[in-house]
Amino acid sequence: MKKFDYVITDPVGIHARPAGVLAKEVKNYEGATVTITKGDRTVDVRKLMAIMGMGIKQGDTVTVSVDGANEEEVAAKIEEFFKTYF
Amino acid sequence: MITIQGKGVSAGVAAGPIYFYQRAEAEIQRKTNADFETEWKRFKDAQAKAIEQLGALAEKAREEAGDEAALLFETHQLMAEDLDYEEAIEEAVRGGLNIEAVIEDVRDRFAEMFASMDDAYMQARSADVKDVSNRIIGILTGAVQGGIDSDVPVILAADDLAPSETVQLDKSKILGFITEGGSGSSHTAILARTMGIPAIIGVGSQLKEEYAGREVIVDGGTGAAVLEPDAETRARLMKKQEEQRRHQEMLDLLKGKENVTKDGHSIRIYCNIGNPEDVHVVLSNDGGGIGLFRSEFLYLGCDDYPSEEYQFEAYKKVLSDMGGKEVVIRTLDIGADKQIGYFDLPSEENPAMGNRALRICLNRPEIFRTQLRALYRASAFGKLCIMFPMVASVWEVREAKKLCEQVKRELDTEGVAYSPDVQIGIMIETPAAAVISDRLAKEVDFFSCGTNDLTQYTLACDRQNNDLGRFFDPHHPAVLRLLKMVADNAHKNGIWVGICGELGADLQLTETFLSIGIDELSVSPRAVLPLRQKVRESNVAQVRDGLLGALLSDQTPV
Repeated sequence: MKKFDYVITDPVGIHARPAGVLAKEVKNYEGATVTITKGDRTVDVRKLMAIMGMGIKQGDTVTVSVDGANEEEVAAKIEEFFKTYF
Repeated sequence: MITIQGKGVSAGVAAGPIYFYQRAEAEIQRKTNADFETEWKRFKDAQAKAIEQLGALAEKAREEAGDEAALLFETHQLMAEDLDYEEAIEEAVRGGLNIEAVIEDVRDRFAEMFASMDDAYMQARSADVKDVSNRIIGILTGAVQGGIDSDVPVILAADDLAPSETVQLDKSKILGFITEGGSGSSHTAILARTMGIPAIIGVGSQLKEEYAGREVIVDGGTGAAVLEPDAETRARLMKKQEEQRRHQEMLDLLKGKENVTKDGHSIRIYCNIGNPEDVHVVLSNDGGGIGLFRSEFLYLGCDDYPSEEYQFEAYKKVLSDMGGKEVVIRTLDIGADKQIGYFDLPSEENPAMGNRALRICLNRPEIFRTQLRALYRASAFGKLCIMFPMVASVWEVREAKKLCEQVKRELDTEGVAYSPDVQIGIMIETPAAAVISDRLAKEVDFFSCGTNDLTQYTLACDRQNNDLGRFFDPHHPAVLRLLKMVADNAHKNGIWVGICGELGADLQLTETFLSIGIDELSVSPRAVLPLRQKVRESNVAQVRDGLLGALLSDQTPV
């Protein structure tokens, strides 16, 4: 498993549109599971509404985990995505 | 003739028969499904169709109202195909319930989850989940989308309209909106405004079903809807409609254009607002920034002192919604004509000259400190300028700045982020401040002239006393000479100077302001484009010497 921590910088936090794009993006990485953890809650990023329901705000630290096929490569792509949108 | 009064949220005048929006609200039966495979396929088909419809709506919205409007439907699309949503539905269908009832249940569950979150953005997503779910249910039950079955264009009446309902409407059939509920920032209001259809919201129970089919004229500017108007009212409103239409067409051509004169002088045109909700009006009128955000509304709308957190959210919203454009927030300006119960201010013989604005803040630093903390924290989200009202002396500015420094130190200690580039300015609204503006200019980053009070104090003339009409003259040479003096002192010290009083929008003075070198005019959002038009028609080089010569001359024109 590959993990990284990320501090949300977007003023609106994790909002609907980029979260939706991320969910779609991850569906292309077959065999890899990507989750976001905040506090004691861990949610699969393909579940848009559950991710939004976590109420992740600016300044929050989340842990992103990638498990499965090509996890190094997938994690790098996801981290790039977070830097761009969140 | 019956007049219905609501809140006008999209300007314009329109006349036509009232038509009540037809919404297919067939009661959904709860029953056991035939088998999982059949029921699941029904969902997948309806889901695919919903996604297709939403894609088409997004395209339509993009053409009619731009990317912002399209984004809404793209979000709906993502929700419709969301794995979490789909899994919740799948599980319930496996439980044996029919798909229509399942979607209702899942809709309510997610809507409730969003509604209960402590974040305004997420709360608003509750309406989106409902809208998406109702679309899928509509497809499954074969309900007709569109809502209007009329051969002639109508004034559409409804309790409130969901965003997808607004966009799906055949706009060739709609002349205006009246809704019972809604707010100025609801999707309906925003879309109505961007699409240029007059809209009145919040009329409540004044709107009666029995009015269906009867003629009404709506005035989205005043918020009034007149049912079966008499001949005189009709003639007046129809004339207004024609004038507005022609005028607006001309003004809309100026959106995106620069505020520059024929001879190349440019000036910033910003907006005055009193509420975070007004930001979209600023943007839709192409305002270059906010030149005066009256923070009093936060205090006036509360029963007790608003908390730091509450203020922070409001300031942050304005700053982030303005997307990096300058936002001048004026610190608390109460007293005089604006009284607030919980401040327990003793009544005064002469409140205009009494304990007001910055004077209250300096006398009660604990109140001021809360506001300054909220402002500095919000500064991390945009381009903030803080402005102090009612300054008469240099020491007042120094004392206020000292409080700002204290607040910044506190935030440093707490590790809370704020922008290092916050500008600090003052209102010039007392003759004293104008006369010592050379000294004040060394203390601050900008001046903004509050011409309403500056006129009242300079002429010793109460602006709220209607009997003083001809004595209250904002064009008085004393006022204009003070403005020139302030502008000269600002520029000698390398700072900018604006006008945020009503005079800023006075087109008779635009050339004078350009001539004395005012850098920024802050006006009500609807005044931006008319002012831009005036600026673009002006030629400062041609009029400057004449105007300034007349202003400074010792000869009184006859």
